[in-house]
Amino acid sequence: MKEVLLKIKRQDNPQTKPYWEEFKVPLTPKMNVISCLLEIQKNPVNVKGQQTTPIVWDCNCLEEVCGACTMIINGIARQACAALVENLTQPIVLQPLTKFPLVRDLMVDRIKMFENLKKIRAWVPIDGTYYLGPGPKVSQSVQEKVYPISTCMTCGCCMEACPYVNNKSNYMGPTAMAQVYLFNSHPTGAMEKEKRLDAITGDGGIADCGKALNCERVCPKEIPLVSIIGELNRQTTFRSFSRWLFK
Amino acid sequence: MSVQYHYIARRLHSLSGLIPVGVFLLVHLFINSFVLKGPEAYNQAVELLNSSAVTPWLEVFLIGIPIAYHGFYGLWVTYVSKTNMFRYQYFRNWMFYLQRITAVITLIFVLWHVYVLRIARIFTGTEMTYDIFHQWASNPNYFVIYIIGFLAAIFHFANGLWAFAFSWGITIGPESRKIWTYICVLIFVVLGIAGINILTAFK
Ligand code: SF4
Ligand code: SF4
Ligand code: FES
Repeated sequence: MKEVLLKIKRQDNPQTKPYWEEFKVPLTPKMNVISCLLEIQKNPVNVKGQQTTPIVWDCNCLEEVCGACTMIINGIARQACAALVENLTQPIVLQPLTKFPLVRDLMVDRIKMFENLKKIRAWVPIDGTYYLGPGPKVSQSVQEKVYPISTCMTCGCCMEACPYVNNKSNYMGPTAMAQVYLFNSHPTGAMEKEKRLDAITGDGGIADCGKALNCERVCPKEIPLVSIIGELNRQTTFRSFSRWLFK
Repeated sequence: MSVQYHYIARRLHSLSGLIPVGVFLLVHLFINSFVLKGPEAYNQAVELLNSSAVTPWLEVFLIGIPIAYHGFYGLWVTYVSKTNMFRYQYFRNWMFYLQRITAVITLIFVLWHVYVLRIARIFTGTEMTYDIFHQWASNPNYFVIYIIGFLAAIFHFANGLWAFAFSWGITIGPESRKIWTYICVLIFVVLGIAGINILTAFK
């Protein structure tokens, strides 16, 4: 029987030291990394034959839509549910994301991205005490342009690859920048356009981008993050000049 | 109301790299290029520059202070990054890394260069003439240091031009970024050939 060899970086809690553990699981057709982890869960015995604890990880949709299962697989951040064993070299090396606080084993706390979305007001303001009527129409071309951005699943791949997202820098990262663009493109959302642009010219804003362009290369949703940041660069340039010149 | 200082500091850093520091780099090369016409032409050009009463002011306010800001704020910017070019081996990620490596080389080179050729002169009073540079350039060790320092500086300049256009929202889409990449490579090659010729002429 064919087997899959996995090498997993484990850590029992944020305070303890990480360690590596290897596992062998039977290969079944169309297996992905999550199904390997499920196999280990059934029988948590490592390659040395020692009984151990099952691996802790996060997952939800199992179809590359929620982003919860993002981890570093053979060195690259990606979704475990979409990583097919047949396409991976073995041993399959699994590590937790490094740009977020660790919870346990492969599970991290990605709340930081959600906090950033709050800072940039990533919503369309429609709260009111009376019926506002139907929303304005969005042109076909704008829809086509921003649709990919709306598929962002805050998975954190781009954050992992960005040299300026780390604990020495406050950079909010490409995820938040893309959402500024999305909500500024919506006719109702655009009513708060200046607030969003001001939020990304503040601390941790767009100027922290170091132009390594990794984010776009790793985004599983193929969101054109670099062109979006480029366009926001232009908008913030104009915005900051006009803020100053109209004072 | 968000604090914009951070944004302004970063953008000033980007701007100062081009104006005035980058422009000065070009002017500096241009003045040195007089050596290609022989030692006399070079000495005359330097004399002309030094004969203006404004030159020391320009040196401090248009060159010294902006270079210090660009250099030392840039060190901080480099410090807060976390490189990962071995994991994500993409062209731009390598350029990102090289931009920071050449920054450090250039900064050390410039500090040394300015100290021995400009600041020390205030104490010793020796005038900068062809003969002095000729002595420097004839020493193979110094010559190599100069070549390295110079190439690092123009790489940092050319790649910085690429980054400048992106940071200010001039090049946005992939096509314009690509064309601008080619132009920046060309600028690097042309300046590189010119500079090496000039350095060799001092030998
Ligand atoms: S932009 Fe792409 S890589 Fe970044 S969080 Fe969204 S989906 Fe993930
Ligand atoms: S282009 Fe900017 S946001 Fe994207 S990875 Fe590079 S530094 Fe991060
Ligand atoms: S479980 Fe939702 S993306 Fe993998």
